[in-house]
Amino acid sequence: MEHLINIFVKSIFVDNMVFAYFLGMCSYLAVSKTVKTSMGLGIAVIFVMAITVPVNYLMNKYLLLPGALNWLDPGFANLDLSFLSFIMFIAVIASMVQLVEMVVEKFSPSLYNSLGIFLPLIAVNCAILGGSLFMQEREYETLAEATVFGVGSGIGWALAIVSIAAIREKLKYSDIPKPLRGLGIAFILTGLMGIAFMTFMGIKL
Amino acid sequence: MSEVKEREPWFSPKNIKLLTEPIDSKNPVTVLVLGICSALAVTVKLKPAIVMAISVTVVTAFSNLIISLIRNSIPNRIRIIVQLVVIAALVILVDQILKAYVYDVSKQLSVFVGLIITNCIIMGRLEAFALGNKPWPSFLDGIGNGLGYGLILVIVAFFRELLGSGTIFNYRVIPIDWYIKNGGFYENNGMMILPPMALITVGIIIWIQRSRNRKLIED
Repeated sequence: MEHLINIFVKSIFVDNMVFAYFLGMCSYLAVSKTVKTSMGLGIAVIFVMAITVPVNYLMNKYLLLPGALNWLDPGFANLDLSFLSFIMFIAVIASMVQLVEMVVEKFSPSLYNSLGIFLPLIAVNCAILGGSLFMQEREYETLAEATVFGVGSGIGWALAIVSIAAIREKLKYSDIPKPLRGLGIAFILTGLMGIAFMTFMGIKL
Repeated sequence: MSEVKEREPWFSPKNIKLLTEPIDSKNPVTVLVLGICSALAVTVKLKPAIVMAISVTVVTAFSNLIISLIRNSIPNRIRIIVQLVVIAALVILVDQILKAYVYDVSKQLSVFVGLIITNCIIMGRLEAFALGNKPWPSFLDGIGNGLGYGLILVIVAFFRELLGSGTIFNYRVIPIDWYIKNGGFYENNGMMILPPMALITVGIIIWIQRSRNRKLIED
């Protein structure tokens, strides 16, 4: 249990998707103009990551790794399909996003209306694919670990986008040099926030 | 009325413009805000930055070409999945080539080679250009955007490597005697190696570009 909490806290603060790995920067910069919309996108990302990382974990474990196809037939024991992992992960993510969109539309129209426009965007958000690739690279051992990592990374990303949106809302009233307005200052702010987040480095639970 | 349709030369002014515009006034990273994710993570040293720039250029150019060739037969509803499959196939090729020939760089780039798939430059150019244009201009557009992206990558990596480790292409530029531990006055700026400085460097590049080119200023 402690181990899981450790992964959770680490994936939110220490290995934050935005500040430590710059993943999902495109939508992070494009959608962070108001807190309300960025909250919507943040929740959608948490949702999708919580689903895709464990599913990709299972795909990786039972289809792709060397010898993973053993359960099908002992003859496949030497097969190594791990070079297919990119195409597999992206297909899982794209189809999961479609599926989630349909399920949400059917069962919770109000949630669909608030998330609706963001869901298709998520299929090409690097943070989602990055989550799956990190899960594969760091070799998480159990399904629980992979799930906790997925949820944690999603929360970390949401935290980052909501906080930058809040700062950018305030920035409207400040006097910034003209060429720096908009994108330029957003970059520098993200850098400063990254420095702040670096203080979490080395935390161990 | 019969119109004589003249064949456009391969390098007509319009095509040249496709190639050069993305390098400055339509730069994918600093103006269109595309492909930032990977632009920053791989710029600690120049070598991985250049390998990454070449990989992205190749994938952008060829995915633009392929999608443009089949653009009339892709059903609109499933075009994103078709695009992703084409891109993913190209990225797998690039990944295997990197693993075979420059294994150390491929290890340094780790997941970021895979993340070329979701690099917004590629999807963005496919949606905005390749779906509506002929193969040859699309190919040039892909190369142009890859170069524009690569240029930013190389500038950022140059400063980060020079100030952070005192080297360029692992070749020592700042003499070893200058360092404090050898009795000199100089110390590497350790901050430059850490992720946040990449963002600040790009912020400054944007600042300089926009003060040169006032048209790009947003309010």
